[in-house]
Amino acid sequence: MVTFFIRRTIGAALMLFVVSISTFLIFFGLPRLAGATPETFAARYLSRTADAHAQQVFAEKLGFYDPLWLQYWNWIKAVFVGTDYDYGTGIEHCAAPCFGYSFRTNHAVWDDLVDRLPVTVSLTVGASILWLLTGVAVGVLSALRKGSFFDRAAMTGALAGVSLPPYFTGLMFLYFFSYQFDLTAPGGTYVNFTDDPGEWAYSLILPWITLAMLNAAAYARFTRAGMLDTMGEDFIRTARAKGLHERVVVTKHGLRAALTPIITIFGLDVGLLLGGAILTESTFGLKGLGYFAIDAINKQDFPQIMGVTMFAAFFVVVANLIVDMLYAVVDPRVRLS
Amino acid sequence: MNTVISPRQDPTARPFLELRDLKIHFPTDDGVVKSVDGLTFSLERGKTLGIVGESGSGKSVSSLGILGIYHRGNAKMSGEIWLDGQELVGASPETVRGLRGKRMAMIFQDPLSAMHPYYTVGAQIIEAYRVHHKVSKKVARKHAIDLLARVGIPQPDRRVDDYPHQFSGGMRQRAMIAMALSCDPELLIADEPTTALDVTVQAQILDLMRDLQQEFNSALIIITHDLGVTAELADDVLVMYGGKCIEYGTATEIFENPEHPYTWGLLGSMPRLDQPVTERLLPIKGTPPSLINVPSGCAFHPRCAFDGRTGGASDTVVPELQLTGTSGHRVRCHMPAQVRQQIWLNEIKPTLEGTGGLAVADMSALPSASEEHSEETA
Repeated sequence: MVTFFIRRTIGAALMLFVVSISTFLIFFGLPRLAGATPETFAARYLSRTADAHAQQVFAEKLGFYDPLWLQYWNWIKAVFVGTDYDYGTGIEHCAAPCFGYSFRTNHAVWDDLVDRLPVTVSLTVGASILWLLTGVAVGVLSALRKGSFFDRAAMTGALAGVSLPPYFTGLMFLYFFSYQFDLTAPGGTYVNFTDDPGEWAYSLILPWITLAMLNAAAYARFTRAGMLDTMGEDFIRTARAKGLHERVVVTKHGLRAALTPIITIFGLDVGLLLGGAILTESTFGLKGLGYFAIDAINKQDFPQIMGVTMFAAFFVVVANLIVDMLYAVVDPRVRLS
Repeated sequence: MNTVISPRQDPTARPFLELRDLKIHFPTDDGVVKSVDGLTFSLERGKTLGIVGESGSGKSVSSLGILGIYHRGNAKMSGEIWLDGQELVGASPETVRGLRGKRMAMIFQDPLSAMHPYYTVGAQIIEAYRVHHKVSKKVARKHAIDLLARVGIPQPDRRVDDYPHQFSGGMRQRAMIAMALSCDPELLIADEPTTALDVTVQAQILDLMRDLQQEFNSALIIITHDLGVTAELADDVLVMYGGKCIEYGTATEIFENPEHPYTWGLLGSMPRLDQPVTERLLPIKGTPPSLINVPSGCAFHPRCAFDGRTGGASDTVVPELQLTGTSGHRVRCHMPAQVRQQIWLNEIKPTLEGTGGLAVADMSALPSASEEHSEETA
């Protein structure tokens, strides 16, 4: 069990390493193939009025003339020990973990990311609990009453839920519940949990529902399929033959086995969303990581884009690791392999 | 089926288990699947009934029907099941659930898929015990260890915490038996208990089941397509075909004087060590009937070599299960009893040279060709 965990952790670290190389190559390797020079890199960081000489000096200072591997090394080193950016007119210190420094905003990317994280975490945690509970509950009921009116209605609803994008449902919710009926907070509201938990939940309820609807629908379908599969297994027949109450047969024997694949997608979905729920955040004007990413892309702020990409990748890899470990806890057969 | 097998009509002397005209039908989009279509038999405690037939003949469905597993869902059950004076078909699902696992228990074919992969063997036995007995986990655990020891699992106090996948096939089946025995059931149904096991292990499991049956004095129904297993364990044999009983009698009668052409076919498709290996097995031609469109008349007639000798009745009239001989031997066949006995003695028995119930019994631990046979017909 311990070796299993250690092996998986090493695997996750390797995965992050690969992701960091790919990210770096996408932003610093590929443009070179397309004809970008150190000067054009430098130009991205400077104002449009900077002349060729200023660009050259800047590129020199930031090491854009170094070989690619050295640039990568400096970049990854900064993550662990921090670095100083000397851009000619001053020196900016970027403390570890340094995920780059935006010369547009004059902010270390890491500080921005940490600043945005609570919004995204709040959105993700609330929505994920909501969609997990409703999705699994609806899926189980649908499976147990296969072909019934409830099943058909729920699966039709689920199809609609999967099909409707959050910028549509979100805007509809905002229009009706916030602006017509004045029941919920208007768009763009966010209150820190630590400031006022009640207001925090009130401001997030619509984004939660919007985001949860999308996933709850998918989870209901997954759970239904998994339950139908499991309830046909031999061990369910055995459980019934033992004289167990049907409730125990369904929950302890059926649901436990059916939920294992759900854990996998749940972990990945949560990991993915922690890197930024772009559509929902944009719809509700929540200044989370997704919003930050879109903003950075629009501004062509490379350090920010790279930082948020690495951050998101980190969450996905860690979520994957947790899923693997949970799997070993849930399914004893995994531990041996 | 109108005929009632049990000769006892005196209600005070009702047999321990009695089925009367049990029917289990499943309505589907393609039509009604008549899995069990009028099954009648009785069984006393301490006795063993072997139910024999090809895949899809309704063996397993009838046993699950006795356990009341089809009480929910879309199955249509009719007829009567009497267990120790209690009628089960009309009883509430909750009543039957209370009996299930406690007074009647089941051993399944493939112990790997029949045990939950996520729970330890011990936990599954403890669960089976505690659902019917209000005892602490500790007491139940002790009971589980005792049971595992009783069914011959070495170091039961350690193995009780193992998962099913950590057991070998034979061990798993032993654990499955321990689970079934956890509440001292009076009726034990074993559905192909040895089919998924190595031949060497098969004999051990059969021995174990016989010992345990004597010890607990339970009624045992053993469902199999392996005549060797039947010969080894059964007092009575019931041959099923197309959801109906087509021959019923004591094991000696069935093996020594079988009268139904299907039973002859089953006997003929059994491999024998006391014959030259060049001798060919005699498989039954054709495939088992669809339970949605059961052949008209005698369900076996399309595969029967003797359907010409029934005077044209074979494909129009459903034959009754009629008494033949003396010891309660019943056969569902259009041919007159004398004709059947003649054919058996003159045409069939000589080709199964040396056939006799006892000789068959000796074969139980040997590899069975009925495996091969069922693959052919599947």
